[in-house]
This record gives sequence, structure tokens and C-alpha cells, in this order.
Amino acid sequence: MQYLLLIYANEAEMAGRSPAAMASMMAEYTEFTKGIVQGGQFKAGDRLKPTSAATTVRVRNGQAATTDGPFAETREQLGGYYLVEAKNLDEAIAIAARIPSAKIGSIEVRPIWPPQT
Amino acid sequence: MTARLVGQVVEEVFRREAGRVLATLIRLLGDFDLAEEARQDAFTAAVEQWAAAGVPANPCAWLIKTGHNKAVDRIRRDAVFRTKVQGREIASAEADAVAVLEDADDTTFGDDRLRLIFTCCHPALGAEAHVALTLREVCGLTTQAVARAFLVSEETMAQRLVRAKKKIRDAGIPYETPEPPLLNQRIHGVLAVVYGVFTEGYAVTAGTRLVDAELCGEAIRLGRLLDELLPINPAVLGLLALMLLHDARRPARVSQDGDVILLEDQDRTLCNQAKIAEGLALVDRALSVAGQVSPYAVQAAIAALHVRARKKEDTDWPQIVGLYEVLLRLQPSPVIELNHAVAVSMVDGAARALDLVDSLAARGQVSEYHLLHAARGRFLQQLGRPIEAREAYRSALGFATLEPERRLLRWRIASLEGLTTGV
Repeated sequence: MQYLLLIYANEAEMAGRSPAAMASMMAEYTEFTKGIVQGGQFKAGDRLKPTSAATTVRVRNGQAATTDGPFAETREQLGGYYLVEAKNLDEAIAIAARIPSAKIGSIEVRPIWPPQT
Repeated sequence: MTARLVGQVVEEVFRREAGRVLATLIRLLGDFDLAEEARQDAFTAAVEQWAAAGVPANPCAWLIKTGHNKAVDRIRRDAVFRTKVQGREIASAEADAVAVLEDADDTTFGDDRLRLIFTCCHPALGAEAHVALTLREVCGLTTQAVARAFLVSEETMAQRLVRAKKKIRDAGIPYETPEPPLLNQRIHGVLAVVYGVFTEGYAVTAGTRLVDAELCGEAIRLGRLLDELLPINPAVLGLLALMLLHDARRPARVSQDGDVILLEDQDRTLCNQAKIAEGLALVDRALSVAGQVSPYAVQAAIAALHVRARKKEDTDWPQIVGLYEVLLRLQPSPVIELNHAVAVSMVDGAARALDLVDSLAARGQVSEYHLLHAARGRFLQQLGRPIEAREAYRSALGFATLEPERRLLRWRIASLEGLTTGV
């Protein structure tokens, strides 16, 4: 089964960390990603630019409206994701728990619809 | 065999084996609803076939095989059921099933029951879902009975169950017992569910009944099942002991009119001696297992000390105080602190106990707990401070929801009127 692991953390807190703390976290991410690539679970993953770079598009009544910022203001913001292949939810949860940001933010584990046959 | 005799035999087999049959069918079919239909079909077939063919040597295996075959037939014929099985290879599933059933024995069935319990109590499901699913699927209560126990409509409970089963399917919650390191973590979730069922039965949260014996019985049955499936587990032993010792006092807790009778005033002769004996033996076993002591076992030891006292004057309060102190180190909580203070009042007096309760209240976590205010009231009364005691009881009344407890508090307030006139 495939799962999307959505990485949420408070951007302001993240930005306020020392360069050393940032570097340490980056190293942990590299380590983690290497692990799941080797384990065959990694399908995709990316770090997102902050919500200050986000734009939201809605089309209503044929009109496209574009607004500055994320779709909603939230206490934690989406900062990245991994798409993984896992046997079941327990395996997906175990992977999510190892994501470095899990220690300070939240990882949403969302199952993906299997392709329509 | 006559039709009536077959009926009786099948009923007896159902009583003994229905739970195990369901648990294994859920594993083989990967779906709760399919498994329940399959079980139904299997027992119907038993009534039809055992009269002529005789009762099989391994009725459980026969029922599972029959149920599984009927489900596979159903899947083949019915597109709706096919989508439920999410593209599993039916052919390979069949082969697996037959191979497994040839060697099926108590261990296999026991493993499946454990899988079922852990699945129903999976952390990815909400707390309400845990209890609803466990009562429905493990204990076999009807949806209506579960709804009644939690004071919601049958439709609400049915929806809750549908949502939970959908989550299990959609999110891929596995039908597995977790491996040892994770098992020890997850078992606490399971025990919390079992204890939740028991305490819900012990003090129905908003209503007129003080105790629901049926829920307590289900919780104890679950505890026994867990003890059978996970033997010599101190937390399981401790919880089962605790529930038996509390349940033993049930006949003494409530008067004929449904009024609360405090522990100190309970007629010990009304207690169930068999449950007490069993509970006491389990406490000893729980405490003698090497390794970390389980908080459930400590709570059970406290309950054991209460139950051992023939008369309230014989209660070993100093030991109870000591046990509460052990419990607070293992599992600090405001409710346990309060119980500790009550025990301290019996050893060191009301003034010392009042200090403890006031310091607990000052920390602000339990300001709306009626028993905290009731305890303050008791201590103030004992210290000859009736005006403050009455205020405390009034606060308690403001937060109490159970009618029998409210009656007791109103009675306490009224009994102080004589001492507080003119104020």
C-alpha cells in the first residue's frame, strides 16, 4: 500500500533555530532518506519552500481567483512530504516516527487510493 | 440425532466457539462484515448437516472451513462483496486457508482472538471506537446492547462501528498481534480499554444507576481471555485482580433504594467470596512476577487490603498509605493523590490530609472533580469547621452528575444545617 507522509511543523520556530541545529536536522534527514531508499520504501519526497512562497488558486463560477499564501492559516504548516510503499499502516507509522521533524512537529499518514482497475 | 438435540448441540458450540470462529474468519477473509456473514452461514449449515452427518471431531475447524467456503462463493457471485476484498487473490487465499485449518488447534484460534483484540484497540482508531468495536466484535454484544451501555441511540452506535471498520480497511490497519517490543506498549492500550469498560459499568457517568453489572461482567471476561492468551503478564493479572475485587463488593455498594453506601459502611458479608478469593490469589501472582511492578497490581493490592478487613476498624490503613505512595511514584495522577490523602486522614488525621488536598487543589488540575470537594468537606467536618465543610459539599454538588452521589451530598449538607444555623 502507498502512503503519503505529510510533514507539518511550525515555520517560525523552525526558522528561529541556530545554524548548527539546522545542519544537524539536515544530516538526520539525509540519513533517514538513505535508509528508506535502501529499504525499498521510498517512492518520492521533497522539501517544500515555506508558506510565504505559497499561492492558492480557486476556480468558482468559471472565475480563477489567486490569493497570496497557503490555503488556510494553521498553527503548523506543511513543510515537506514522503511518498512511501509500506506493507500496512503499522509499517507506515514506523517510518513516519523516524522522520526527524516528528520530534517537534506532526506527521500526517494518509493512505493513497489504489489505481482504478 | 433429533432436530432438537442438534439445535442444543449447535447452541452449546456457539456459546463456546463463536468468538474464535469469528476471529479466524476475520483473518482469512480480511473483513469484519464478511466474516460475520460467513459465521452466520456456517452455523446455519451446522444445524442442517450435523443431524445426518454427526458432530465433527473439530467443530471449530469445520465451522471455519464451511464459513470460508460460503464467503468465497458469495464473493464470486456478488460484485459488491468482491470490491470489499480489495483485489486479493481468491485462489491463493483459499489454498492458504485449507492448509492452515488442517492443523488448527487452540493456539491458532487463541492467536486469532489476540489479533482481533489488538486490531479493535489499534491506536489509529479513536477511544470511542476501541470500546465499541471490542464490545461488539470480541465480546459479541449486539449493536443495540453496546448502544444502551453508552447511552446513545442504536443508529449512532451503528455509525460509529461502520466508521471504525471503514478506517481499518481504508488505512490498512493490519490484523496482527504486535511483536514483543511493541506488544508491551500496545497491551497498555488494550488494558485501558478493558478497564474503561469496567469503570463505565461501575459508575455510569450520567444517570440514575450506579452500577451496570453486565458491563463489569464483560470486562472481567475480557480480562480472563487476555490472561489465557498472554499468561503471566503482571499488568493483565493485576487488572483482572483489581476488577474482581471491586466487582466482589458490588452487592454491598448500593442500597435497596439505589443509594450510595460508602466503603466504610458497606456490609462486608454481602461481598462475593469466590471473586474475592480469586482476586486475592491473582494479586499475589501479579506481585510475584519479576520485573517492574504494574500499577494495576498495586491498585489491586490496595483493594485486597480493603477486602481483607472483616470490619472497617480492621483496615490496614498504614499499608494502604504506603501502597498509594508506590502507586504515585509509578503513575502520578490527581485522582490517586486524592485517594492517598483520604488514606492519610485515617492514619495521621484530618488536618494533615486537608493540607495535602488543598495543595492538590491549588495546582488547579482537578478543580471540577466533585470527589475532591467532597473529601475537603469530610476533613473540614472532622476538624469541627462546619461552615467551610458545607461550602465544600456545595461545591461538590455543583460538579457531581450521578444522582445517588448527589443525594448523598444533599444529605450531608442538610445534616450540617443544625450546626450552621444563624450563619
